[in-house]
Amino acid sequence: MATNGFDQFIGTDKYIVSPDLRDVVNVAIALQRPLVVKGEPGTGKTLLAHNIARALNKSLLIWNVKSTTKARDGLYIYDTVQRLNDARFGDGDVSDVGRYIRLGTLGQSFAADEQVVLLIDEVDKADIEFPNDLLNELDEMNFHVLETDERVTAKHRPIVIITSNSEKELPDAFLRRCVFHYITFPDQGLMAQIVGVHHPHLAEDLLSQALERFYELRQIDTFRKKPSTSELIDWLQALVVAGVTPEQLEDKIPFLGVLLKKETDFDVYMKRAAAGAGAIRSRY
Amino acid sequence: MFLDFFYHLRRHRIPVSITEWMSLMRALSEGYAHASLDRFYVLARALLVKDVGFYDAYDLAFKDTFKGIETPAEIVDEILNWLQDPKGLEGLTPEQFAMLPKLDLEALRELFAERLKEQQERHDGGNRWIGTGGTSPFGNNGKNPAGIRVGGEGGQRSAVQVAEDRRYQNYRHDRTLDIRQTQMALKKLRYLQRLGAEEELDLDETIDQTSRNGGEIELVFSPSRKNNSKVLLLMDAGGSMLPYTHVMEQLFSAAHQMTHFKDFQHYYFHNCIYEQVYTDIRMNKKTSVQALLRTLDADYKVILVGDAYMAPEELVEPGGAIYYYYHNSTPGIEWLRRIEAHFKSCIWLNPIPSRNWNRPSIELVRKVFPMYELTLDGLDQGTKHLVRKI
Repeated sequence: MATNGFDQFIGTDKYIVSPDLRDVVNVAIALQRPLVVKGEPGTGKTLLAHNIARALNKSLLIWNVKSTTKARDGLYIYDTVQRLNDARFGDGDVSDVGRYIRLGTLGQSFAADEQVVLLIDEVDKADIEFPNDLLNELDEMNFHVLETDERVTAKHRPIVIITSNSEKELPDAFLRRCVFHYITFPDQGLMAQIVGVHHPHLAEDLLSQALERFYELRQIDTFRKKPSTSELIDWLQALVVAGVTPEQLEDKIPFLGVLLKKETDFDVYMKRAAAGAGAIRSRY
Repeated sequence: MFLDFFYHLRRHRIPVSITEWMSLMRALSEGYAHASLDRFYVLARALLVKDVGFYDAYDLAFKDTFKGIETPAEIVDEILNWLQDPKGLEGLTPEQFAMLPKLDLEALRELFAERLKEQQERHDGGNRWIGTGGTSPFGNNGKNPAGIRVGGEGGQRSAVQVAEDRRYQNYRHDRTLDIRQTQMALKKLRYLQRLGAEEELDLDETIDQTSRNGGEIELVFSPSRKNNSKVLLLMDAGGSMLPYTHVMEQLFSAAHQMTHFKDFQHYYFHNCIYEQVYTDIRMNKKTSVQALLRTLDADYKVILVGDAYMAPEELVEPGGAIYYYYHNSTPGIEWLRRIEAHFKSCIWLNPIPSRNWNRPSIELVRKVFPMYELTLDGLDQGTKHLVRKI
């Protein structure tokens, strides 16, 4: 029953995707809807867009949203200063307003000659009205440039990936038009695969012992910031470089600072270790 | 069947709109679920549920609808066939929806059995969508992050079983009111001021200066607008406030998440404010009100939340504090007056409906602070009061 063009995305050699997420990505592409990805930090939300672009061999445009970003910035910017400057010094053709219209990231993704992947990163950082302001443009994939009275219409609807750290709730009207997926933290099996991508020659016994310790740490709910995938990968690198053996991992966690980045978390861990909680006892 | 699912979802209070339902129908009719219940589970969730807080409710609704269809994890074509004319389905009213044919469970089971036979043949043929060997749809290394452990030949885990695991239970947040609504109300507190480096072209001023300059262009820049409002939230965490915990939490999390405030501070008190307020809800860590008044500028917008419902002596007598071992030498009402005098704008939000405000203690507090109901309307009026020009 597979239709043409469906099941395009199956992950890349650098990015292991869960079957759930793979299906969701493909549905979003097929239905031409923006995909909103939420989830814990370090679960690869941003990397997803990079790897969709890689897997589908399309170019990627990134719009990093900041607290001061306005929806209009993504569409186009009218460079008044340049135009005034040119008028003053007589450079260029000032009568042509179009020369001073610069497309923003969203605008560029519309104007591109082939389909691109557009990543709108950390959409929740912007003003609470920001997603609503983009509703129409994302829905109809066109917008109006006031200064030139021209309409920029998407030649090919871009594949839109939106990430959010849920600092703020997104408006319902916005979400209704999107496909949504919450990335859960990978379990040990998938994690072993993900690690395999980054450290393909890791000894099996070391890996399983290290994962064991890592998931033990993640069990501690009182941490302000639980260690995530990227920390695990750095930590494994440290273990390999220092030549730590699986046996050494049995009752202690070397290079704990790589996994825990907050002082309070460190204290929490040390207290638990002192109390002899579980197998984790000392730092060195 | 599918309609049942829709109503199960609604029954579990998942806000599924007709628009979203129609896009699921479109996805199904185009075959994106690959006639697999497991994939349908993920697909429907991605299209219908937009908040991880509802994932658990979704699991329950899914279980309610599809329980009993566990053996083969596949949906038959026939179910999808009722979608044969997807175009005709667009824009249906709920009444028309209800008139669509439903299949009963028995008929489904029979179809499934047939389908299962067919399915095994297909596996032998090696359909690339379904696994890479073995009889399970998810044969990938025997493990899968969704927790669908595939145990070799016989024991594949169906979507219904996954749903029964209720892995998203911890993400639930049964909120009746939307935090977003509260945020929208609080947003009016934003006080935009031009601050920081000059980075925006001030067009009006540029034109003005240029004209004065005899046509020689003079560019004028101004700093961009940044939010400059500072908010102090003082919350009553006393026993009589227990019934309002939910709405208090909502106000708190909304305010806390408003990253646009320049500064946001919150403290707790018990029934009335005396010498000290507390930084934690269990009221172990204290800070003195005097220090607060010293360190915080007068331009903090102060929101007090409490029922202001107490014995009048708790408010007006020295030593009136409800705690036996706590003696306040200055009466509570005096502390309230000091707060009111220090800050330019304060409001008191009361969870008790205004028709019941005719109690002596509430009347007294109302003489000090403008009081509004702790509802969206009240919050709206209150924020208007806070941002008024002084």
